[in-house]
Amino acid sequence: MKAKNTLGLILFPAFDWAISRSHPEREERLLYTQDQLLEEGIEDIEGIEFFNPGMATLHDINRVHFCFPDAQSLLTESHLIAAGGVMRAFDAVLSGETDKAFALVRPPGHHAQRVVYGDRGFCIINIEAVGLEYARQRYGDMRVAIVDTDCHHGDGTEDIYWNDPDTLFISFHQDGRTLYPGTGDIDELGGPGAFGYNVNIPLPPNTGDAGFHYILENTVMPILEDYKPDIIINSAGQDNHYTDPLTNMNFSAQGYAALNERLNPDIAVLEGGYSIQGALPYVNTGIILAMAGLDYSGVVEPDYHLGKWRQSERVTDHVRRIAEQVNERWLKREELSKREYGDRLTVTRRRQVYYDTAGIMEIQVQEFKVCSECPGVNTVHSYNDRGASMAGITIPRKACHACREEGYKLFEHAAATKKSYLQDMSSDDYMVSR
Amino acid sequence: MIIGIDMGGTHIDGAAIENGVLIASVKHQVDHGNYFASIWQCLEDLLSQVDKDAVERIHLSTTISTNAIIEGRLADVALILQTGPGLQWHFERMGEHIVYLSGSVDHRGILVRNLDMTQLDDAREQLLENPVDALAVISKFSTRNPEFERRIKKYFEGDYNEITMGHTLSGKLNFPRRVRTAYLNAAVSRTFIGFAESMREALRQSSIDAPVFVLKADGGTVDLEGAMSKPVETILSGPAASFMGVRALVDDERSDRVLIDVGGTTTDLFFLVDGVPVFEPLGIEIDGRKTLVRALFSQSIGIGGDSHVRFEEGALKIGPRRYGLPIAFGGDSMTPTDALVYLGKLEGAYRDKCLQAVERMAAEHGFEGVALAEMIVRRMCEEIRQAIERVLDKLNASPVYTIEELLRDRTIRPQAVEIIGGPAASLSGYLEETLCLPVYCPLHHEIANAIGAALAKPTLEINLIADTEREKMSIPERGIYMPIDRTFNWREAEQFALSQVRDAGKALGLEEDQLDAEIVESSSFNMVKGYGGRVDRNIRVKAQIKPGLLEKLRKSD
Ligand SMILES: [Zn+2]
Ligand SMILES: [Zn+2]
Ligand SMILES: [Zn+2]
Repeated sequence: MKAKNTLGLILFPAFDWAISRSHPEREERLLYTQDQLLEEGIEDIEGIEFFNPGMATLHDINRVHFCFPDAQSLLTESHLIAAGGVMRAFDAVLSGETDKAFALVRPPGHHAQRVVYGDRGFCIINIEAVGLEYARQRYGDMRVAIVDTDCHHGDGTEDIYWNDPDTLFISFHQDGRTLYPGTGDIDELGGPGAFGYNVNIPLPPNTGDAGFHYILENTVMPILEDYKPDIIINSAGQDNHYTDPLTNMNFSAQGYAALNERLNPDIAVLEGGYSIQGALPYVNTGIILAMAGLDYSGVVEPDYHLGKWRQSERVTDHVRRIAEQVNERWLKREELSKREYGDRLTVTRRRQVYYDTAGIMEIQVQEFKVCSECPGVNTVHSYNDRGASMAGITIPRKACHACREEGYKLFEHAAATKKSYLQDMSSDDYMVSR
Repeated sequence: MIIGIDMGGTHIDGAAIENGVLIASVKHQVDHGNYFASIWQCLEDLLSQVDKDAVERIHLSTTISTNAIIEGRLADVALILQTGPGLQWHFERMGEHIVYLSGSVDHRGILVRNLDMTQLDDAREQLLENPVDALAVISKFSTRNPEFERRIKKYFEGDYNEITMGHTLSGKLNFPRRVRTAYLNAAVSRTFIGFAESMREALRQSSIDAPVFVLKADGGTVDLEGAMSKPVETILSGPAASFMGVRALVDDERSDRVLIDVGGTTTDLFFLVDGVPVFEPLGIEIDGRKTLVRALFSQSIGIGGDSHVRFEEGALKIGPRRYGLPIAFGGDSMTPTDALVYLGKLEGAYRDKCLQAVERMAAEHGFEGVALAEMIVRRMCEEIRQAIERVLDKLNASPVYTIEELLRDRTIRPQAVEIIGGPAASLSGYLEETLCLPVYCPLHHEIANAIGAALAKPTLEINLIADTEREKMSIPERGIYMPIDRTFNWREAEQFALSQVRDAGKALGLEEDQLDAEIVESSSFNMVKGYGGRVDRNIRVKAQIKPGLLEKLRKSD
């Protein structure tokens, strides 16, 4: 058997790591997935190659995150390896080793925001963002679309790319009013430098295969055609599955496989998904076959009955309405941006971030400088209910000279009063004040 | 006394070893018209030189099954497959008699869809239209739960002489390989059993009642009875015999090593890490078919002593083709062997002809004869070096699944090389320079294969899985599928695995001090139902009788 698209698989189940003994993010999570892949003989398919993950460095982490007090004390090796696995996936694709790559690593990352005090939704660092920013520094700039098909809103990825017009973030998820983390409204559209490039598609509980495909065909694909990304990443969480214990959606392995066939991502990264026996073995097999361009029609969960998981008319109508609203916002994004931000020179955003796993409440004030030459420098002032306080300045990759100068000034200024971080992405330099 | 016989492509070698001392050895030609006769003549010749009554065991490394597969002398096999949900492989080169049945179990061995008995009736009708001798039954995840394979076998008993069940051949997961392995097993069964029966009969008539053991590709042996039920395990045992022979001939070192076996057309590379041989992760490939037959890892490269040497567009090329014998041995194609003869490193029957040929070729391309000969030999060494490098890159990138293994970063760095085969001794000096490593060519290396066959001991690997939620434990290799208590723990699983390996070893005639049972891999996963539910365990233990030698070869005094 020969794959139509060569595919690199970074399968790293981390059989010796867990958040805790009976936590869903435990050693057992990818055990049955690995069994299934072994039994299917995936490794004997010509064109599918297995790679070991590398290990991200602290520099790779600091390129994306402001870790408080620092990366070293928040992270374990498992996080560096999960991120290293995604970096390996980028290497495989961008160096031309394989056409596509799928990082089946754990723990996940899409709830990890730029500021990190601890674990949120089983994530500490955003493994996709760490991989992508590493790739941009190594292989040069690129226009990227991240499509997050995890059932939870990818609030971490949204935060990191909030003001980056070169990274289109599309997340479909169960409506935040019914599920953690609560965000992901369609009106969260991005910062002044990238308004409209954050696309949220909140779906009603009990959305099934038909709903996901409706959204894919009528919203996601048209937006992607419009945006013309150089590469597409699927943040491939698998908790939309009808057996997932934490969510209420009705997506199937066939649905996930068909989605990946149509979306045709260059890179996929496993995110959430905790139905480790009933879903993951089949969903992952389906995604792998779809990415490799092979027949996945036989990949069916043992207990799957179409009739049982077909979505109701009411859900179908709801999904259609959401699609219309999202499409409208995409088409009118420039007009809406003017209405939202007008001629303001600075945009301020105040928000609250809860770390469910670590039990920390954070308050943030973000300040985005509006610049006509570049996406603009931005600052986050943050403190939390444990008494921590910090400031972080981000100079974007394509910062103009003035914004870059401004960034260093802001850093100096902030550092006089509190612990401050500087991310100069234009020169790949990262600094922390004492 | 132990007798070792290794049948290769052209030669058949025999060695008799008593108390670790080589007391006799013979070399015969293989008669491709009659493999049994070849072996028997070699054995008789050897036995005529020793005390027949002192023979304790006879070890055979044969190409009976290998040749049947490579030469396509395979019996027609009826195949019954339960492919279950998942990837649909297209099974080629397995004949026309394939029947697909519904019914499946999942990755934990839980029944998903039952076997439909009416389908069995239909299958029988369909298969009986073209009656064949052998049947192979393979279900997806049958190693986790062999119930369907067993039920299907039971249903067809009486219709077939030989029925192979997939789960009996390996405890490893890989359905397509399990299908091919079971198919090949069924397809060579009659040929091998015919050979084994002739052997028994001949031994009986010669009143030799020493037990017969057969070499496997993993460097271990299996008793004749076992080989008759799993003849596929006897494929490609030749390289393993040579490998084991070298282990008997050199001092044990717990270091990383490479073994190079230089043949006529190919050179085989084997590897040891900390003195432990590297195995194929799943199984060996034969005739383009990937199987689950446990085997030593080896890499074959298309360059050997008889490889064709020529210039192509001004560049020196060696192999991969071979055109008969070297000039120094009566052929007429330039070879690395001729270069070695020219350099005075090797004797040749037609030395003068060889010298002239090298001179002529050198003159044609504007070299001195010595320069050309040196260039050929060094090029060969360089190709071997590059091949070793490539294999090491591959082995060093083998997948790991735990943080501990990933961080340990056990990179293989050979500290020494062992070389055997025709031109081995003459090549070792050059190789030492190319590889910058000490290269050893052991004494008696030319019959390492027969010595290895004689001294290899039975090996066996088992894969235990205990699932305390299902209250079940399985060891496919031992045919064990038994209930366990919910409290069954990791320690108990390891102890049970070890005791099973020991029992199996003793049944194969190993003494207590030869058992060398060990745990190879072991892990225990907490299984949790929902949030905060009860915690069960999924325990996985792989244990083996360490492949090794019955005894080391001592220098005769
Ligand atoms: Zn999402
Ligand atoms: Zn999720
Ligand atoms: Zn600017």
